[in-house]
Amino acid sequence: MSLIIIDTGCANLSSVAFAFGRLGVESEITAEADRIKQAERVILPGVGSAPYAMQKIRNRNLVPVVRGLKQPVLGICLGMQLLFDTLEEGDQRVEGFGVVKGHVGTLETLEKPSPHMGWNTLKTVKEDSLLKGIKDNEYAYFVHSFASPVGDYTLMKCDYGTSFSAIIRQDNFRGCQFHPERSSATGSRILKNFLDLPA
Amino acid sequence: MLARRIIPCLDVREGRVVKGVQFKNHEDVGGILDLALRYRDAGADELVFYDITASVDNRSVSPDWVKKVSEVLDIPFCVAGGIKTVEAAGARLAAGADKISINSPALMNPELITEMSDAFGQQCIVVGIDSFEDGGTYRVRSHTGDPNKQRETGRETLAWVKEACQRGAGEIVLNCMNQDGVRKGYDIRQLAAVREVCPVPLIASGGAGEIKHFKDVFEQANVDGALAASVFHKNIIPIPTLKSDLSKSGIAIRL
Repeated sequence: MSLIIIDTGCANLSSVAFAFGRLGVESEITAEADRIKQAERVILPGVGSAPYAMQKIRNRNLVPVVRGLKQPVLGICLGMQLLFDTLEEGDQRVEGFGVVKGHVGTLETLEKPSPHMGWNTLKTVKEDSLLKGIKDNEYAYFVHSFASPVGDYTLMKCDYGTSFSAIIRQDNFRGCQFHPERSSATGSRILKNFLDLPA
Repeated sequence: MLARRIIPCLDVREGRVVKGVQFKNHEDVGGILDLALRYRDAGADELVFYDITASVDNRSVSPDWVKKVSEVLDIPFCVAGGIKTVEAAGARLAAGADKISINSPALMNPELITEMSDAFGQQCIVVGIDSFEDGGTYRVRSHTGDPNKQRETGRETLAWVKEACQRGAGEIVLNCMNQDGVRKGYDIRQLAAVREVCPVPLIASGGAGEIKHFKDVFEQANVDGALAASVFHKNIIPIPTLKSDLSKSGIAIRL
């Protein structure tokens, strides 16, 4: 299994690689277009600011590369958000990869502290091979201030003040708002399911 | 529902986990990776590693052990101690830390909070505050890792919490020094006062001695997480028992 973690220029790419290592799968962190295109599985990681990350990605000419991928792709946290058409952070608005129709904006936590940080429960919206063995009310580890609303693309949702997408899918593109690499057995199962997806 | 977090804190000195009483007289409690895995297996929601000598000795934490911890852990962890620059923070995040926590360097240069938050996102910047009650007023101390170098900062705790959040802190860990290591319970009154002014997640630290203390701090101070060290290191409170008891009391807990 050739697994590529796209070097989005964000911090904390190695923890994703370590998580696959714990599953016995080696991965390669790269921004080289050919390596990414040839991989059997592609991870789009990311933390931090969307405008900063998209600028890095544009500088590396990765927008058409990612848009053209046909193999299973998994976006994690900011990486998931970047799959959408547009993202809004405060007064900054940025174009994402546009492979999922929709928008990412501020998570309305109402009276609750923000960022949404910690272990929260998942609820199934649609069945998918990525969710094999994952039951409702299992916990995943979230750290974010922005989110996408529940939509046609939502596989699992989560509630924190308001409901938002926890796991999404559009064709071969999937994404987790939480960090599967830090979500204990639940996260590990999702990463394994991703590796086991039909090509 | 978002679970309240149980967070063992591992004070690290020279590559070992240590624990002192009111920040003094440190005793060795084990190796970093051994304890990290033990707590992961016991059901800890998150771990914090504080290099307690780093700030006072002007050293940085070793990214080597950060990477090793990241390799074995499948729960989040935060690294603190001696992180004074954006580059130093970036190196630890790149090695796999989920969050970095700054304390004394933020007091000496508050702009550092903003710079780090801009560079890596608010979600991974934690500001640790050592607060001491003095005649009914909560005041911030710095350089608490060494009793001889510890100092008053002239800042009041509530004002510093507000400023740190405005500057881009994504989480506050409030260590109530009067309570630290004496196991008489968290400082509920102080934590509740801080909760009122703190828009980001708030973690209670200092004073845990029995299960009831955790229940009280979640119910009465509405904190997002509770941090403790000695009661876990000495197995006075087993984490599985703690979490199961809290859950039975109706507190949202990840079991």
